Amino acid sequence: MNLNLHIWRQPNGQSAGRMVEYNVKDISEEMSFLEMLDVLNEDLLRKGEDPVAFDHDCREGICGTCSLVINGRPHGPYTTTTCQLHMRSFKDGETVYIEPWRAKAFPLVKDLVVNRSAFDRIIQSGGYVSVNTGSARDANETPIGKEIADEAMNSATCIGCGACVAACKNASAMLFVSAKISQLAMLPQGKPERKRRAEAMVAQMDAEGFGACTNTGACAAECPKSISMSNIAMMNREYTSAKLTSDAV
Amino acid sequence: MVLESKIPEGPLAEKWSKHKFSLKLVNPANKRKYDIIVVGTGLAGASAAASLAELGYNVKAFTFHDSPRRAHSIAAQGGINAAKNYQNDGDSVYRLFYDTIKGGDYRAREANVHRLAEVSVNIIDQCVAQGVPFAREYGGLLANRSFGGAQVSRTFYARGQTGQQLLLGAYSALSRQVATGKVKMYTRSEMLDLVMVDGKARGIVTRNLVTGQIESHSAHAVLLCTGGYGNVFYLSTNAMYCNVTAAWRAHKKGALFANPCFTQIHPTCIPVSGDYQSKLTLMSESLRNDGRVWVPLKVGDKRKPEDIPEAERDYFLERKYPAFGNLVPRDVASRNAKYVCDEGRGVGSTGLAVYMDFADAIKRDSLKVIEARYGNLFEMYEKITGENPYNTPMKIYPAVHYTMGGLWVDYNLMTTIPGLYALGEANFSDHGANRLGASALMQGLADGYFVIPYTIGDYLAQMPYEKVSNDRAEFKDAEAKVKETINKILSIKGTRTVDELHRELGLLIWDYCGMSRTKEGLTSAREKVRALRNEFWTNVKVVGTNEEFNQTLEKALRLIDFIELGELMILDALDRNESCGGHFREEFQTPDGEALRNDQEYAYVAAWEYEQNMHAVLHKEQLKFENVTPSTRSYK
Amino acid sequence: MSWLSTTLTSSIGRKLVMGLTGLFLVSFLFVHGIGNLALFKNDGGMAFNAYTVFMTTSPIIRVMEIFLVAGFGFHIYTALTLTNQNKAARPQGYAYKKSSPGVTWFSQNMGTSGMVILVFLILHLINFYAEYHYGIMYDGKIPMVDINMGDHTVNVRNMYEIVKTVFQQQWWVSVLYVGSMVLLGMHLAHGFQSAFKTFGLEHKKYTPAIISIGNVIAVLLPALFASMPLYFLLTGL
Repeated sequence: MNLNLHIWRQPNGQSAGRMVEYNVKDISEEMSFLEMLDVLNEDLLRKGEDPVAFDHDCREGICGTCSLVINGRPHGPYTTTTCQLHMRSFKDGETVYIEPWRAKAFPLVKDLVVNRSAFDRIIQSGGYVSVNTGSARDANETPIGKEIADEAMNSATCIGCGACVAACKNASAMLFVSAKISQLAMLPQGKPERKRRAEAMVAQMDAEGFGACTNTGACAAECPKSISMSNIAMMNREYTSAKLTSDAV
Repeated sequence: MVLESKIPEGPLAEKWSKHKFSLKLVNPANKRKYDIIVVGTGLAGASAAASLAELGYNVKAFTFHDSPRRAHSIAAQGGINAAKNYQNDGDSVYRLFYDTIKGGDYRAREANVHRLAEVSVNIIDQCVAQGVPFAREYGGLLANRSFGGAQVSRTFYARGQTGQQLLLGAYSALSRQVATGKVKMYTRSEMLDLVMVDGKARGIVTRNLVTGQIESHSAHAVLLCTGGYGNVFYLSTNAMYCNVTAAWRAHKKGALFANPCFTQIHPTCIPVSGDYQSKLTLMSESLRNDGRVWVPLKVGDKRKPEDIPEAERDYFLERKYPAFGNLVPRDVASRNAKYVCDEGRGVGSTGLAVYMDFADAIKRDSLKVIEARYGNLFEMYEKITGENPYNTPMKIYPAVHYTMGGLWVDYNLMTTIPGLYALGEANFSDHGANRLGASALMQGLADGYFVIPYTIGDYLAQMPYEKVSNDRAEFKDAEAKVKETINKILSIKGTRTVDELHRELGLLIWDYCGMSRTKEGLTSAREKVRALRNEFWTNVKVVGTNEEFNQTLEKALRLIDFIELGELMILDALDRNESCGGHFREEFQTPDGEALRNDQEYAYVAAWEYEQNMHAVLHKEQLKFENVTPSTRSYK
Repeated sequence: MSWLSTTLTSSIGRKLVMGLTGLFLVSFLFVHGIGNLALFKNDGGMAFNAYTVFMTTSPIIRVMEIFLVAGFGFHIYTALTLTNQNKAARPQGYAYKKSSPGVTWFSQNMGTSGMVILVFLILHLINFYAEYHYGIMYDGKIPMVDINMGDHTVNVRNMYEIVKTVFQQQWWVSVLYVGSMVLLGMHLAHGFQSAFKTFGLEHKKYTPAIISIGNVIAVLLPALFASMPLYFLLTGL
């Protein structure tokens, strides 16, 4: 199939960018979306032009590196990562718009690549259990009900891709932040620090410049790992009760 | 050069405890005077960086990713082994040790493997304490499954995303230390050289992938936790960025590279669909519990699988290995798939695939049961291939998955360069010639959480506190050389793209140094790889400059190291006149086509020293088996 | 800043303010709507005017009025602040926009529906508060009426007459009112259930009920309010 691509090109964060039109020919239905971009880049290289920069790595839907907004939706038309999107989902002759994640907290690096280190800083602010190596007791000494373990796992599957931010009309990071807060708040290991964690992570999230939550559900609808909106409600609960009861004045 | 493995004396089960006692300690107040560089932040790197920072050392951690959470450890699906014996089914540290050393086809060190089995139990405790949501029983205790043909249930798992959960656990520990300031994190920074001062590893040179800036960082010790080199094959289950550059640059500075030809080919991957293919996807090994592997009996049978009658199908694994059937080890399953495809009986558009059929299992157990067992895997398969495996057999083919070889390290995980350590998949030490399922995660975390925090103190205790300045000539020279290499690559302006050359290299290594190797093939491949190296230096095409985010340049810098490594793999495979584990030399097989190991002559670790123009020098570390007797694996 | 102001100006805190004031305003709508039912009593406006007297003289109502103004004030101010912050969180928008599956138009446009309701509110105040107090339509000659207060009659401003006049003389006002109520419905349909999520009250057992209640409120309240201009418009034909 042949496709008409409109791709955001921007040499770096300091300069201006624009949508540039490219045509790719003889694309196989079996290709992944990123392989289609590989084909485009090989063509550009042979012509001596600068290939389109995009983030990707594992190409099996788990590392969370790939991050393209395709025809207005993060990771394209299905709830999957960009790397798991295949060209059979497109029609011959279709026009496809490819843009980077758009958020103030995700400054652009080049073309379709953005800097998501804001997520790292949020985790650094409290997304952990403070346990030093070697100080753990036997794993089976703390029973955790299967339902709770499963629920915590549902939250823990977040791959940190940022599609939630890209999808949200407010560029809010609440789905990401709440998934971690919820996972650790549910587990007995995370309970001792839950107040401090909720307060610190929300404060860091706000400091990074993400928007607030309108509960539209766009984040969960686009999440490739189907993280549920109930995490956000849980975070709200954690945060409010922490603020009302913690010792931090 | 004498390879001192530093394996402690004494009975196997006491070696590690005794060794821990004999290692020198660094006074808690003095730990803050030492800087440690950790390159790579996957399971091994993140766990090491976090643990060392907790002890009080100053850690500088480097990753070429945008975040430590992206490391390819995240993609491990199956699980992590630990000798907890929670299932009361006869597991023990010794049994895990025995299974691992046997699984490695007796090409690993007894002492290392035993230590791995010992600390495996601590890993699970540590991860659970971090909040890793392992699968649990209704009673709230941890669940286990049997994995990769093991006869006990010792594998801990978090759905099909165990690697992800363990990595996120280590990442959270690392993040906590970044917050305290004990770890300084450098993202999108790729190590391009090792810097030595007075014969010791004292720093690294990195390239900032966003700005292209070449920077130097100094420390008292350097840890390479940079993963495996499976991408030498171009197509593998590794992530696209996985590379050998850090390890290879260290190798060129004097660290020996051990057993490079030991690579693991995983039998159940989704086959290649065309020339554009960029990466291969693994389907969990667990599918072989219910899937029956077959190809048409006749060569060139192009009928749809549903139209081929039972009598005209060849269930080749069940036919050749009646005892283990479809559950033979990875190397055996892979090799036999290759054979039937070589005979022209392969299926799919490329002829490089075999069927894995669930029709009988569905008939036997019902669709519902199979769906509950493999639903997510079937869905993933359908997403990628567009075919529904409930209705038509899956197509699978082997793909490169893991590399057992790596930098040679002693019992303390130190390479042959003082102060340079290698952890996780980047070293060679624990898996011998073949790795068992659910052991990679175990090794990465064992090295990072429970080995290096002890062994590094022994080295640092003898080091002066003085820091070396990165203004020294050694750093400036290394920086200049890196810049020179980059400028040289940018100035070639040839006609071949990096991906083209990489594909060509991958195909060469796959055909001649893949699942099955011959002296003749290897010899010719060596010439071809050398020619490819020449082609790279005269005709590669890289556009843009160094001073920008330049993904083509990144790939080119990695590719040249892969090309050199490819040649070393061939040399190593040529040297090893036997078949063992992932290394199968067609000249060395039993009359019925099974691997023929030669313990008399080849029970050694082949550690290669770099010499100009890839005239590598072989050093041997003899393996001593005092507790187990090497036996032949049989799955008939 | 004290912990309280830090909390209430955080992203979640502001949403809490939105939710709390929002639900308070819903309760006001209930009271307002039920009281106004007096309009439909076929007694020439006697009941409604008596109700008006109560509303304009009762000390409790006067105090509540302060709360009401504050509620509106905080709701509107916080909404504007949040909208600005949210806009700032994405300085560069997408060239191609497509909304995600299952996401309602009104959840994405709470600001728009809120603005329409604000404009309506201003119009509403001009129509009734201003008319009641200053009689603009009547050049200051506000219509009066005698109402029976049991043992005596009092001469008061005829609010019923004002309502009737507003809705019957300027038909477009009625149409505007009805249109605004449609948007109010949308605003409530999302806002009501969203407020509970903001408070962290979310459970698979109860959330469906909360959503249903929100939807019922979102239909009933605006329908009730819309019925008033429609009633006068139709009876005036």
